[in-house]
Amino acid sequence: MLVALWGASLLVFVVLNVLPGSPAQVILGTQATPQSVRQLTIQLGLNKSLVRQYLDWIGGLVHGDLGVSYISHLSIGSQIAQALSVTGPLVLFALVIGLAIGLPLGFAGALRNGRFSGSLIGGLSQIGMAVPSVVAGLILIIVLTVKLHVFPTSGFPGWSDPLQALRALVLPAFSLGLVEGAILSRYVRASILEQLRSDYLRTARSKGLRVGQALRRHGFRNAAIPLVTVLGLELASLVVGAIVVENVFALPGLGLLLLDSVNNRDLITVQDTAMLVAGTVLVLNLLVDLSYRLLDPRLKGSS
Amino acid sequence: MSDLAAGTTGRGALDDLAALDASAARDTRAWRRWLRNPNSLIGGVIVLLVVASALTSLFWTPYNPLAVDPAHALAGPSLHHLLGTDEYGRDVFSRLMASSQIALFVGALSVLIATVIGIPAGLLAAQRPGAIGQVVLRLADILYGFPALLAAIVLAAAFGASKTTVVLAIGISYIPVFIRVTRSNALVVLNSEYVLAARAYGRRPLAILRRHVVPNIATTIIAQMSLLFSLTVLAEAALDFLGLGTAAPAASWGTMLQSSQNYLGNDALLTVWPSLAIVICVLGFSLLGDGIGELRDARSRH
Repeated sequence: MLVALWGASLLVFVVLNVLPGSPAQVILGTQATPQSVRQLTIQLGLNKSLVRQYLDWIGGLVHGDLGVSYISHLSIGSQIAQALSVTGPLVLFALVIGLAIGLPLGFAGALRNGRFSGSLIGGLSQIGMAVPSVVAGLILIIVLTVKLHVFPTSGFPGWSDPLQALRALVLPAFSLGLVEGAILSRYVRASILEQLRSDYLRTARSKGLRVGQALRRHGFRNAAIPLVTVLGLELASLVVGAIVVENVFALPGLGLLLLDSVNNRDLITVQDTAMLVAGTVLVLNLLVDLSYRLLDPRLKGSS
Repeated sequence: MSDLAAGTTGRGALDDLAALDASAARDTRAWRRWLRNPNSLIGGVIVLLVVASALTSLFWTPYNPLAVDPAHALAGPSLHHLLGTDEYGRDVFSRLMASSQIALFVGALSVLIATVIGIPAGLLAAQRPGAIGQVVLRLADILYGFPALLAAIVLAAAFGASKTTVVLAIGISYIPVFIRVTRSNALVVLNSEYVLAARAYGRRPLAILRRHVVPNIATTIIAQMSLLFSLTVLAEAALDFLGLGTAAPAASWGTMLQSSQNYLGNDALLTVWPSLAIVICVLGFSLLGDGIGELRDARSRH
């Protein structure tokens, strides 16, 4: 795991620092004198060797010091913390919506497999999977904001008024959650179907349990194993999906921070934020692996 | 001497047996099965339509997709402009057609990058489960940390956003997927008895990969390619929307969505058309992928 994180950090650092261009020159513009450029280069620590710069950066990360933005001169750590206060709740909100849609739809799809309603559910989730969150977001804005005036269009009022803040997150969370829910329902359906066809469930049925009872007593835990995997991966894709949706709704989260820094060529902020997102995705993957083993005792001991 | 001869014929016969289920794919009945499976049928038709529209747009579109006509800006659908015009008076239908070119181009190239690196790496990891395999898997783990969007942002920050960074980003981010899929499917084949037999009579590892593994996992890989193609269309649209890919004035579904944002109130149709195009295209490739997968499963049950 640490190896993967280290590799990821190396990758981010190398890609963002291979170009010979001087960040100091970019910051000061073309009018700057060579002298002032050199001064800023030294001030930013960019005159040191790349290896040294990398070690400084990693050392800072480990100690929670993310450095200072080249452009805004604000602490990147506090900027990211600020952004997380939007992105974090957004992702969790979207996950809840995704589960609220995906679980019941998946169950219904499995239990009604082979009937018309089952195929209908399958078709709907197939279409839902094909809808990018951008499209879901824009359509929701057109219908609920422009036509019906139910929700604010965009922007974020801050958490000082939690109710308004949540209201601003409803549409973005739905644009993410609807799509994830569709994906989730397909996995839930497949997983439950597999349980329904299993031998032990047939045994349970033959001793007089109804489908629901048999599933509850025997099926859920087994069905949960693949679902935990999917859930972890979904969470990771929500974190990344939030980058897009935040831009549709102008929410000041990680996504907006990332894109603004790309546009301003604020490379150190990009470096930190990208590392944070990549790290989150990698840690989620690890948690999935671990929970897999926790839920399925058969895998214990195997590495 | 006769022993040797018997050995060679025996070897050939064994290989033929193993190759049997791969050759079933070339069966004439395959087409009929293809047409009877709703997923592969609908998916195939949609994909054909998208490809046809992209090819047609290479030499003909109703209007020049870049031609500005301020006098007819933001016109609704009419006989002159089938789907209306955008804020510069450009024909929306022509722009949709031209966009399918970019979507297919980006999709094809990025899937190519992912497969050209991912499949051999996956085969290697399956063939050499020891240290080499572990290294390949650890490298794949690192790449898992960079989904297409994040990879594209990092590349855009370093090199400036362009179609190239989009293709690279999507391609690289799908490499680990192909490594995993190839490896796990190849392992099943490599652990089978006919491969054990092939090893026993001294077939070299590369020959085993070529004769047994590749033909047997090909369908799975192709199904996966089609599914990933649908994801590249999604990713490309999102990246263009964010301004990280195809730049204006060139037409792509993502840039069309981006500029439609300013007209959500008055001209919602400007958002609807590219949205529909994306959804239909993605649906086509994912249905096709599902269909191919189902056909494979049906065959292996026989």
